[in-house]
Amino acid sequence: MNFRAVRAIYLFEMARTWRTLLQSIVSPVISTSLYFVVFGAAIGSRISEIDGVSYGAFIVPGLIMLMLLTQSISNASFGIYFPRFTGTIYELLSAPVSYFEIVLGYVGAAATKSIILGLIILATAGLFVPLEIAHPFWMLFFLLLTAATFSLFGFIIGIWAEGFEKLQLVPLLIVTPLTFLGGSFYSIDMLPPFWQTVTLFNPVVYLISGFRWSFYGIADVSIGASLAMTMLFLGICLAVVGWIFKTGYRLKS
Amino acid sequence: MQHVISVSNLSKTYASGFQALRNVNLEIRRGEIFALLGPNGAGKTTLISIICGIVNPSEGVVLADGHDIITEYRAARSRIGLVPQELTTDAFETVWATVSFSRGLFGKPANPGHIEKVLRDLSLWDKKDSKIMTLSGGMKRRVLIAKALSHEPQILFLDEPTAGVDVELRRDMWGVVRALRETGVTIILTTHYIEEAEQMADRIGVISKGEIILVEEKAELMRKLGRKQLTLQLQSPLDHVPAELAAYRLELAAEGSELVYSYDTQGERTGITALLKDLNAAGIRFKDLQTKQSSLEEIFVSLVRERR
Ligand SMILES: Nc1ncnc2c1ncn2[C@@H]1O[C@H](COP(=O)(O)OP(=O)(O)OP(=O)(O)O)[C@@H](O)[C@H]1O
Ligand SMILES: [Mg+2]
Repeated sequence: MNFRAVRAIYLFEMARTWRTLLQSIVSPVISTSLYFVVFGAAIGSRISEIDGVSYGAFIVPGLIMLMLLTQSISNASFGIYFPRFTGTIYELLSAPVSYFEIVLGYVGAAATKSIILGLIILATAGLFVPLEIAHPFWMLFFLLLTAATFSLFGFIIGIWAEGFEKLQLVPLLIVTPLTFLGGSFYSIDMLPPFWQTVTLFNPVVYLISGFRWSFYGIADVSIGASLAMTMLFLGICLAVVGWIFKTGYRLKS
Repeated sequence: MQHVISVSNLSKTYASGFQALRNVNLEIRRGEIFALLGPNGAGKTTLISIICGIVNPSEGVVLADGHDIITEYRAARSRIGLVPQELTTDAFETVWATVSFSRGLFGKPANPGHIEKVLRDLSLWDKKDSKIMTLSGGMKRRVLIAKALSHEPQILFLDEPTAGVDVELRRDMWGVVRALRETGVTIILTTHYIEEAEQMADRIGVISKGEIILVEEKAELMRKLGRKQLTLQLQSPLDHVPAELAAYRLELAAEGSELVYSYDTQGERTGITALLKDLNAAGIRFKDLQTKQSSLEEIFVSLVRERR
């Protein structure tokens, strides 16, 4: 293992985060606060409790997931796309580093950043609603697993994308809708039966449900299904990354 | 002695179907300065990129210091430093950060003293805290060299290091290269300034259309292929070369006031004595004479032209 290289990549990426601190941290925090004001306070006052949890508190796990997914993807995809775009990737390709080390550095940094963000948002949420975390260990575990999985997914997008538009495309066109429809703001048994079935094909449902369970002990789907789905997605992403590096797809001509 | 780089039967066909390298065989000796010359699109960058791990080879084997560049990529790459042809740098990082990053990436423990030395040698020390985007093109080129030297490579590839670099800096740069060679570093460079290769290189390789067409000691190359010219300044101009001197294939220059005789330095006899005797017999008098060795540039141009 070339640990020094992993460390160099990781610190380089983290330095980029600190440099862009304002947009990295401040803007997600502001937008989350807005969600709380609009959904939690304005709408929430008209919605009764869901499964014994106040609406404002109910949406906290979903909101954190929303931020975690979009931030993990955008951090990681940008992190690897940028060197491809500027050409500095030559150095990475010519360095004595394995693919695993490259992924570890980039995905590790992107995941760290979104975990920090998730925790900041959690703290922000605590200012608006009373929070309780029933299973703190599982909460952290889900946070970590989701951040790692979707940073990996973002890494793949960053390698696949040929322009800045494509970089935005997947998060905007797929991830955000799936998260909104994945029960961030409602429990899926509030939906008509037909839509409940359709929703079960949305992978994000499993993430949010599992994460919410770690807070309040309530879930739309079983916790085992949540874990299995997340692991499955992680496995798929790992396989794709493995294939990318094996073939040099979009990296080496 | 084991060669520091050995390329065997290397071919490269890009996804577009274009064959950029055809069965290249090349051996680089430890500690030498090797200049790879060739016209635009000849395949120089492709060859370097394959050796450094940036482009996949289609066929063939490359060993760097005895290590296969694919199966033993760690051992191979940790010995190699690359200064790419394109000016590709980070923009927002400082010079110090980007050069230190390179060292870490190559798995070397931090060594601020070494980085300081590299930056000083390349006259970048006073820019160490500047963001790269605030530097001029020539300075960015130096940053790329500093990055490549940060991890103390044994083999250094310089792909057109002097493109867009002013005269003074070019001289400094060659100073650094010579000093590196003194410490045993092998240097492989490409350049379109042939006189640079002529000054710097120990050996020269010429590549054209993806094929290595010649590899030779520079001195030997100059001797073998070098033709000399004898120029005679005449006392009175001629309007044509007299028929009795036709065998010498003389040329008139400077409106008939100069006679030029080209001869092969390799030949048993150069024919100069006979020519002078025959000139005398023909009554042609001259007031001065000089000989000139053809430059590497002329050799190069004629080599590549032959291939067209
Ligand atoms: N990624 C690629 N896909 C297809 N063809 C390529 C690719 N990269 C280079 N080529 C082609 O391969 C040939 C060799 O290119 P290369 O960059 O190796 O030339 P070079 O000798 O370095 O030229 P120059 O002196 O201009 O730098 C060129 O014809 C080029 O168009
Ligand atoms: Mg080139």
